[in-house]
Amino acid sequence: MPLEALVFYLLAALTIGSALIVALSHNLVYSAFALLGTFMGVAGLYALLAADFVAVIQVMLYIGGILVLILFAVMLTHRIADVDVSNRTVGRIPAVLILGVVGTVMGVCIGTAEWVQHAEPMVEPTTFGIGEAFLGPYILPFELASVVLLVALIGAVVVSRKELRGPMADG
Amino acid sequence: MVPTSYHLILSGILFTIGVTGVLLRRNIIIIFMSIELMLNAVNLSFVALARHFGNMDGQIIVFFVMSVAAAEVAVGLAIILLVFRGRETVNVDELNLMRW
Repeated sequence: MPLEALVFYLLAALTIGSALIVALSHNLVYSAFALLGTFMGVAGLYALLAADFVAVIQVMLYIGGILVLILFAVMLTHRIADVDVSNRTVGRIPAVLILGVVGTVMGVCIGTAEWVQHAEPMVEPTTFGIGEAFLGPYILPFELASVVLLVALIGAVVVSRKELRGPMADG
Repeated sequence: MVPTSYHLILSGILFTIGVTGVLLRRNIIIIFMSIELMLNAVNLSFVALARHFGNMDGQIIVFFVMSVAAAEVAVGLAIILLVFRGRETVNVDELNLMRW
């Protein structure tokens, strides 16, 4: 088996195994830490797909930012262990049905599409192309994304700040 | 080179696991993490197709998905903490009122 395929299967196993723990573990802390494995596996797959910049951003943003925030939320909401797995309002049979339909549709789409395989692309740094695209054709979405992030930041601060009660609040 | 379809199948499996988490779990933080799984699955297919077509656009879209995910996490976790402070629960079955 060539080395690339071996690496792919290892990363895929890491990603899917951790994802299963995230979705099905009874302990919230295990779920949160298993998310680390999924993010690392996906970052490795990005690197395997010659997307070096996206892989580094994945590690910095998802693991350094989002995962830490989720862990904060886990620690700040107590009663970690006694989480029910089952969803009483939907039930198992509709859940399995929806899963089967979603999985089958995606599988059929992947299976029936006629994939045009280009010649093996060169492995080269992607930062140049990404920078050119962000400052060229994608400049408006790029600026809009920064506005969205700013609004989200302010919104998060406003939502989660401590409410003043008493004479100060009535002001 | 690993065929693109393998990456897409892996992405599909990851997305399906995310849907499983949203459907089966009642803890709002687990649902949140499952949404992150689904976003990651979509990003993976974007990058795989960018590689497949030798085009940079897929990777650009990944950055926008990531920035939306970051915004979603910041606001969503603030809302979760606020709800927990008010209602003392993270079970979505018990969160059936818009205000209290």
